[in-house]
Amino acid sequence: MTIGIVVFPGSNCDRDMAWALEGCLGLASRFLWHGDTDLAGVSAVVLPGGFSYGDYLRCGALARFAPLLKEVQQFAERGGPVLGICNGFQILTEMGLLPGALTRNRDLHFRCEPCELRVAPGNSQFLKGYAPQALVQFPIAHGEGCYQCDPDTYKALDQGGQIVLRYTKNPNGSQGDVAGLSNAQGNVLGLMPHPERACDPLLGGTDGRLLLQNLLS
Amino acid sequence: MGLIFTMHSNAVDGSPSCEDLNTCLGRLPRFIARVQVQLRPSVLDPAGEATRAAASRLGVNGLQKLRIGKAVELELEAESAATARQQLSLLCDRLLANPVTENWSLELEELAP
Repeated sequence: MTIGIVVFPGSNCDRDMAWALEGCLGLASRFLWHGDTDLAGVSAVVLPGGFSYGDYLRCGALARFAPLLKEVQQFAERGGPVLGICNGFQILTEMGLLPGALTRNRDLHFRCEPCELRVAPGNSQFLKGYAPQALVQFPIAHGEGCYQCDPDTYKALDQGGQIVLRYTKNPNGSQGDVAGLSNAQGNVLGLMPHPERACDPLLGGTDGRLLLQNLLS
Repeated sequence: MGLIFTMHSNAVDGSPSCEDLNTCLGRLPRFIARVQVQLRPSVLDPAGEATRAAASRLGVNGLQKLRIGKAVELELEAESAATARQQLSLLCDRLLANPVTENWSLELEELAP
């Protein structure tokens, strides 16, 4: 069982993710180049944080057309676990695997700080084992994390239990304090905060470990 | 390229028998397009608000609204204006704009042969 980490031109949390998976959790991982057309038999896919293709037009707008993402789309539609963090979350919304869009932070600042989140696990496979309403701390590091969608979509997400992570102190203006969203099936999760930076006690906390372990649950 | 242009110019000046110039030259009509991408009215535009605040510091007062969008200029070849419009609509819907947060509009003009 191996976890594939997609590498785009501009990804910068890909190695952090590999370190968190292998160094902290002992889970095997491999990098997958965005231009490849084969997922190499991995059991789960991570779209890491950073940037992709300069994020021209909009964050994630060009990455969506990377050859490998066709495979990722089909993998997700077959029920394969796909986790998008930060830029990966932005890519998931541009791909249409998750609804809505991530836009410029309300205060226009790049926010890089620890952030407290409230977990509502719903049926997300990534949040199994977290108690409902549990508070966790993951760092954020983004300039475009303000989640927006139309009111009908928001209502459907809220009532469907798909808003699985919310900020307790909204750092970016996100609608409904949305920090992370699950698809209805529970096999796709997108979140702006970085669980891979919350896996080693040296970095101030290990709340992200369980989420990453659940990649292979 | 230079040669094609010369033929093209000659045909315009001296060949009235060739009614459809593009067919004569085996070339598709060329179009110029301008796409405007604007944030939907319901979407926050913090960059626009910050710019509006700067405008008042410059001494330009009375700005009630300032929304920042994008303009994209394109040139393309297509069989007809309808085909060009169809191609550009696909491009706008799928790539240039994100329908969740943005609206787009298109101006299309055929370049003189």
